[in-house]
Amino acid sequence: MSALRAENVYKVFGRRSGEAVRRLEAGATRDEIKGHGTAAVIDASFEVADGETFVVMGLSGSGKSTLIRMLNGLWRPTSGRVMLGDADLSTISARDLRALRRRRVSMVFQHFALLPHRTVIENAAYPLALQDIDRTERRRRAGEALEMVGLAGWEDHLPSELSGGMRQRVGLARALAAGTDVLLMDEAFSALDPLIRREMQEQLLELQATLGKTIVFITHDLNEAMHLGDRIAVMRDGRIVQIGTSEQILSDPANDYVAQFVADVDKTRVLTAASVMVRPAAVVVTGTGPRGALREMREAQVSAAYLTDRDRTLRGVLRDEDVLAAQRAGTDSLVDITRQDVTPVKVDAPLMDIFAPSAETPLPVPVIDEHGRLVGVIPRVTLLEAMSPNELPGIDAIDAPADDEPASADLTTSGVTS
Amino acid sequence: MSGPIGLSMADLGYRLPLGDAVETGVEWLTSTFAGLFDVIKVVLVSSFDGLEYVLSAPPMWLVALVLAVLAYVAKGWRLGVGALIGFAVVQGVDQWDNAMTTLALVLVASVIALAIGIPLGIWTARNDRVSAAVRPVLDFMQTMPAFVYLIPVVIIFLAGVVPGIVATIIFALAPGVRFTELGIRQVDPEVVEAGHAFGSTPGRILRQIQLPLAQPTIMAGINQVIMLALSMVVIAGMVGAGGLGLDVVSALSRVNVALGFEAGLSVVILAIYLDRITSALADRSPVARALRATAA
Repeated sequence: MSALRAENVYKVFGRRSGEAVRRLEAGATRDEIKGHGTAAVIDASFEVADGETFVVMGLSGSGKSTLIRMLNGLWRPTSGRVMLGDADLSTISARDLRALRRRRVSMVFQHFALLPHRTVIENAAYPLALQDIDRTERRRRAGEALEMVGLAGWEDHLPSELSGGMRQRVGLARALAAGTDVLLMDEAFSALDPLIRREMQEQLLELQATLGKTIVFITHDLNEAMHLGDRIAVMRDGRIVQIGTSEQILSDPANDYVAQFVADVDKTRVLTAASVMVRPAAVVVTGTGPRGALREMREAQVSAAYLTDRDRTLRGVLRDEDVLAAQRAGTDSLVDITRQDVTPVKVDAPLMDIFAPSAETPLPVPVIDEHGRLVGVIPRVTLLEAMSPNELPGIDAIDAPADDEPASADLTTSGVTS
Repeated sequence: MSGPIGLSMADLGYRLPLGDAVETGVEWLTSTFAGLFDVIKVVLVSSFDGLEYVLSAPPMWLVALVLAVLAYVAKGWRLGVGALIGFAVVQGVDQWDNAMTTLALVLVASVIALAIGIPLGIWTARNDRVSAAVRPVLDFMQTMPAFVYLIPVVIIFLAGVVPGIVATIIFALAPGVRFTELGIRQVDPEVVEAGHAFGSTPGRILRQIQLPLAQPTIMAGINQVIMLALSMVVIAGMVGAGGLGLDVVSALSRVNVALGFEAGLSVVILAIYLDRITSALADRSPVARALRATAA
C-alpha cells in the first residue's frame, strides 16, 4: 500500500471555493476563477510509495507549500481525497487528526520553527512530550536523534546559540525523534547557504539510506530535487505538470516549461551512464578465435572489440593489431592478448564520474551492471554531446552519427540508442 | 450666513437624545443588577481593605525596605537604592500613607484589569470576529475622557473606593487586551504550525508556544495597564477614592501649590518605581532573553 495518496486534490482559498472548483473541473484556468477564490492546488493526484523520497518542485506561488500542508491536514482539501496510509485526511475528525500527526507524520520547516526558549534537547523531545512519553525516555530518544544528525554535545544549548545549519539539524532531529514513518520537509534546506545546504542534503541521503522513511520534500531548487528525489513532481500555477524520476524529467520534459526549467540543471550529476550509453558495436565472446574476432571488427568497421564471457561478463578490450599478431603467431586464445587499459563504469554512475575514464582512452567507455556484465558503451562524443546546453533534451544528441570523431568512436553503431 | 447650512439640529427643533438614552440605560442597569453590583462592591472593598492593611499596618521603614528589596531582585541594587531614596522623600513630605492607599488601589485595579484583559486578548487573538468587535469598544474606553466614567460609576456604586477602582479598571483594561492580542498574533506562525504538525492541541499550543513567545509583549502590556491605572487612580480621587488623588484634587480646589506639588511628586515616584519593576521583570523572562539572543 502506498504511504501517501492524493486523488484529484483541489485547494481554493476564498469564499466561493466550491464554485471555483466546479469551474476548474469544467476546464477554467486559474486566472478565470480569480473572482471566486485563489486556486493554490488544482487537480493534484499522486502516490508516494513506502520508503520513497518524493520531491515536489516548483517556484514560489506554484502551490507546493499548500500541497504539502494537505498531506498532514494543516489544510483540508477543498475537493478530492488525501490518504495517509489508510486514513482519509479529508474527512478525519480534528481529534483523530492530532493523534495521526503524533504517530504517523512529522514535519521539518523552512525557518526551522524551533521554540527559542527551550534547549536543543527539549526542542528535539517536543513531539515525544506530545505523545505523553515520560521524561527519561523522552530525553534518551531525543538524544539519539540529535546524535544521528551530529549534534551530540549541544543538548543544553539554546537554538539561538546555533548556526542556521545546526538549527535545521535540530529541526530534523525533532522530526526523527517523533518516530513517524512519513517525514514532510517544507523547503527544509532553502534558508541555508549553499555549502551547508549541500552538506545537509548528503546527511539526509545518508540517514535515508539507513532509516528508509517516506519523505515528501518541497523545494524550488531543481538540483536539490534531482539530487534527493526518487521521483519528482514539477508544479506550476497550482498544477502538477509532470511526475517522474529525475532522468525522465531531464530526458523527456512534459512541456516547454519543464524543459526550460531543467535547462540549467547540472546534468552530470543527474544523468547516469544508463541514460546515455549505446549498444557496443563489436563484442567478441571468449572461445572465439582470432579469425572470428577480426571478422566481427571488420563487419562493424571498428578497430577494437570488447571481449566478454558467454554471460556477457566483461573481460577486456581486443585491439585489431594484437589480434592480427596473434593470428600470425598461430595463437588461439584471445584472453592472453586482452588489454585492461579501459576502466569500465557502473550502469548507475553519474556522468560526472565517467569523464575521467573517458579521458584515459580514445575508446568508448564500457558500462557494466552490478554483476560485471557489459550492458553498453559510452563513446566520448556521446558524453560531450549529452552535456551540450543547446541540445534540449540533452541526450537527443545520441541520435547524431558518432563517426564525426575519427578513429576513436569506432566501437559504436551509429544511430542506435540503448 | 443664511440658508440651511447655518442651521443647527436644535434650530429645527430636534436633538439626538443620545445622552438621555445612556442615562436611562444606566438607571435600568442600577435597578436590574443591584444584586450583582453589591457583590462586586463587597469583593472590591474587601480586597482593597486587605491590601491596604498589609501595606499600611507595618512600620513605614519595613514596607519601604521590602519594596526596595523587590526592586533589587527585579533589576539590581541601583533600583533598590533609588527606591529607598524615593520612599524617603514620600515619607518626608508626609504622603506615605496616601501613597500606600494609592498603591493598593492601583494593584487591585490592575490585577482585575489583567484578569479580564489577558483572557480577552487571547480570545481576540484567536478569533478575528471577536477581535473586530472588541477593537472599537477598546477605542471607546481609551479615548472617552476619564472623568466621564466616574459619573455612571458613582451612580451605581456611590462615592468611595469602589467607583474609583471600577473606573480605573475600565480605563486601564485596553492595553492589557491589545498587547496580549498583538503578542500572540506576532508569534512566528511557523512555530505555531509546528505545534499543530506534531499533533499538539490548541490549548497546549497556547500554553507551550503562544503565551511563552508572546510573554515579552504581554509584559509590556502589564506595564501599560499599571501606568494607566496609576494615572486614573489620581483622577478617581475626585469621587473620594482616597490616597494621593484626594490630596491632588483638594490641592487643585484650594489652589494649594505646595500640597499639589508634594502629592504630585509622590505619584511620580510611585509611577517610576512600578514602571521600572515591571519592565525589568519583562526583560528577565527566559523567552525575552532567548529572543534577544536570537535577534543579536
